[in-house]
Amino acid sequence: MKRLLVLGAGTAGTMIVNKLRHHLDASEWDIKVVDRDDVHPYQPGFLFLPFGAYTAKQITRPRRGTLPKGVDFVIGEVDRVDAAANKVALVDGTTLDYDYLIIASGTTPRPDQTPGMLGEEWRRSIFDFYTFEGSKALAEALKKFDHGRLVVHITDMPIKCPVAPLEFTFLAEAWLREKGMRDRVEIIYVTPLPGAFTKPIASERLGSMLDDRKIAVESDFMVERIDVENKALVSYDEREVPFDLLVTVPLNMGADFVARSGLGDDLNYVPVDKHTLQSKAYPNMFAVGDASDIPASKAGSVAHFSIDIFVDNFMELIAGKPMTGSFDGHANCFIESGDGKGLLIDFNYDTEPLPGTYPLPFVGPMGLLKETRANHLGKLAFRWIYWNILLPGRSMPVPTLMSMVGKKPSNTMTKTTK
Amino acid sequence: MPVTTIDGHQINVNEEGFLTDPTEWTDEIGIALAAQIGITLTDAHWKAIRFLRKDFDEMGETATLRRVSTVGAIPIKELFALFPAKPAKKMSYVAGLPKPHGCV
Repeated sequence: MKRLLVLGAGTAGTMIVNKLRHHLDASEWDIKVVDRDDVHPYQPGFLFLPFGAYTAKQITRPRRGTLPKGVDFVIGEVDRVDAAANKVALVDGTTLDYDYLIIASGTTPRPDQTPGMLGEEWRRSIFDFYTFEGSKALAEALKKFDHGRLVVHITDMPIKCPVAPLEFTFLAEAWLREKGMRDRVEIIYVTPLPGAFTKPIASERLGSMLDDRKIAVESDFMVERIDVENKALVSYDEREVPFDLLVTVPLNMGADFVARSGLGDDLNYVPVDKHTLQSKAYPNMFAVGDASDIPASKAGSVAHFSIDIFVDNFMELIAGKPMTGSFDGHANCFIESGDGKGLLIDFNYDTEPLPGTYPLPFVGPMGLLKETRANHLGKLAFRWIYWNILLPGRSMPVPTLMSMVGKKPSNTMTKTTK
Repeated sequence: MPVTTIDGHQINVNEEGFLTDPTEWTDEIGIALAAQIGITLTDAHWKAIRFLRKDFDEMGETATLRRVSTVGAIPIKELFALFPAKPAKKMSYVAGLPKPHGCV
């Protein structure tokens, strides 16, 4: 019996075991997946919780229910991976042996990494919205917030879903307008990047959308600490941004067991080949989804597209053949912009988000880099798609590799400079 | 890709002026690149540049500020003092390396 061990039953780990259980003969392959709990969150839903759009029930399911028959689900905390011995030790003392290991343990916001963030203002005037608890607490705080400085802040890149802080900002602005409070609130967007987003054309478009909404941008801001007493972000170059309500994206890091096992980089991400997701250190180890160090967005869409490639490669690998699939860094993200509208961006390692239509030329139905009602409806529909098509590993009617069909490259620049 | 002449050497650069071939870099070119952005290199600057060059040789990519601080033992605060406002970009520019790709 061959043993495939997957660490993490989130978006990536769940898609992988659903797909591989179909491909791997149950009489020859034992598949195990480990997670620390039995709650699978629909993470894009956290964005809407602060504005009262979803209930807890709509955005969580038991992990067990998302996994296929014939996959062994183990609840436990990983202590460390002994990659030389092909073993994983859990904190409770259990040892799991493997022939192939897939690390799918994601990335986690770490407020403990910025001095002052977890102090007495945490969840009083300082909030995150990347956790269920954080997002719920922020919903309560927003109910009471009626004037002052709302600061939306990113600690450092990379972060999970890099467009989410912009979406939160747009939604908050629209929400304040709707409540008739917009004139009494100053909104400031604080980012370590030189502009609104990472890629030039999208950054310009999204930057002008912030501008139109009278949202100030404080760019190139690397936070050193939070001055809790004076309620201000303080940067390494000694700029201060005072706040009444701070919505921050803490530093994102991979799992601590990755660091304990000596498998991670300085942010606990596992170095892999960016086209195959195979570990650079161990050929029988892969890191998928947010857990790897590939230079792509940490997003469910990237996990989804890369896993399509990974599964075919894995079947070649175990058949003793060279892996022929090559992941291109394809990402595809809806961006909520408030007032029932949204944008869509579609890009990869080499091509930045461009205007146009998706997935078909002219007819779309989605517009790229453009605010439309269809994109907003697409985002809302995506919750159903996530639970019913994406996680079970059914195929989506869109191409796995990024396509230039429907995109309009500008004359000056089609390649991204990183 | 444009070619430019720095300190008497022909150098390949990208549209932002970053070297596209790190092996074309020399100490003299580093001094000239620093001068272009108004920086006179001191020993402290060189310590950061040497670390970036060595780390790039070993890792194949440019170290982020966090890595220069944790692995290279130069505090981020000091990097902001040495290369004001945009240390990650300025350091890699002077060291003849691509911009670090923390930004996606």
